[in-house]
Amino acid sequence: MKAAVLVFPGSNREGDVAQAIELVTGRRPQMVWHGDGDFEKVDLIVVPGGFSYGDYLRCGAMAAQSPVMAEVKKRAAQGVPVLGICNGFQIVTEAGLLPGTLMRNSHLKFVCADVHLRVETSQSLFTNRYQAGQVIKVPVAHAEGNYFADADTMKRLEDRGQIAFRYCGPDGSIVDGRGNPNGSSSNIAGVFNDTKTVLGLMPHPENAVEPMFGGTDGKALFEGMVEALS
Amino acid sequence: MKARVHVTLKNGVLDPQGKAIGHSLNRLGFPEVGDVRQGKFIELELAETDKAKAKARVEEMCRKLLANMVIENYSIELVG
Repeated sequence: MKAAVLVFPGSNREGDVAQAIELVTGRRPQMVWHGDGDFEKVDLIVVPGGFSYGDYLRCGAMAAQSPVMAEVKKRAAQGVPVLGICNGFQIVTEAGLLPGTLMRNSHLKFVCADVHLRVETSQSLFTNRYQAGQVIKVPVAHAEGNYFADADTMKRLEDRGQIAFRYCGPDGSIVDGRGNPNGSSSNIAGVFNDTKTVLGLMPHPENAVEPMFGGTDGKALFEGMVEALS
Repeated sequence: MKARVHVTLKNGVLDPQGKAIGHSLNRLGFPEVGDVRQGKFIELELAETDKAKAKARVEEMCRKLLANMVIENYSIELVG
């Protein structure tokens, strides 16, 4: 699997996700600067976390209009898989590759913690190494992770199985918003586009791939992509 | 010509920052303050003399960048 990791001014998790990809593929991904409108053909494009353009105007708003994202939009339309993590999730929603948007956390605080996620489906190139309903533990670190979409969009996401991950309690329960760190609608932590070739999520699976750093539950996401895309 | 753009959250979109401001104002001795909504004010200097053209261009700017149409509305005021 050949991967590209985008780098914007203010990105800060690009190294972490490159490390995770190298761990499962044995190959360093290509790092692509935001001003590069063209880059090598790859099997996967990753939009990493951080604070692109200082989060000016709205998180991800500036990055979504950068030359590299115009190319990403083109390739995504051709079916090239795109993974947006944290700020990357905000960027791909601002770019219109995913429905909805990420708003300020309902409690207005930055949240940095391990959270439990329920995997909603194993039927995707991103989640095929998980079981539907499986509970995993990965960290979040954000101030704007509160997923919001209008009622029609929410219904469509539910009906079409486009919800990838939900925040939950350790037992997988989402009753009364259990385990929800940011006020996200329906406890949504990650969503797919309608072809399930684009995934955006707020949590950081790339920071849960080594036992030394508190867990390995995120590793299966990268292994699953390798399996699907190699 | 100048364009003044107000970007505000759509009705029904929760505004926790506005709520926090409201609570603070109530606590500071302004009990008459009810609902508070926070937005953005953006002023643009335009090299354009035709109002209709300017308005159309700024609307495009709002839709493309200045506002997120999923959660926000915008209004435009042209001055000068």
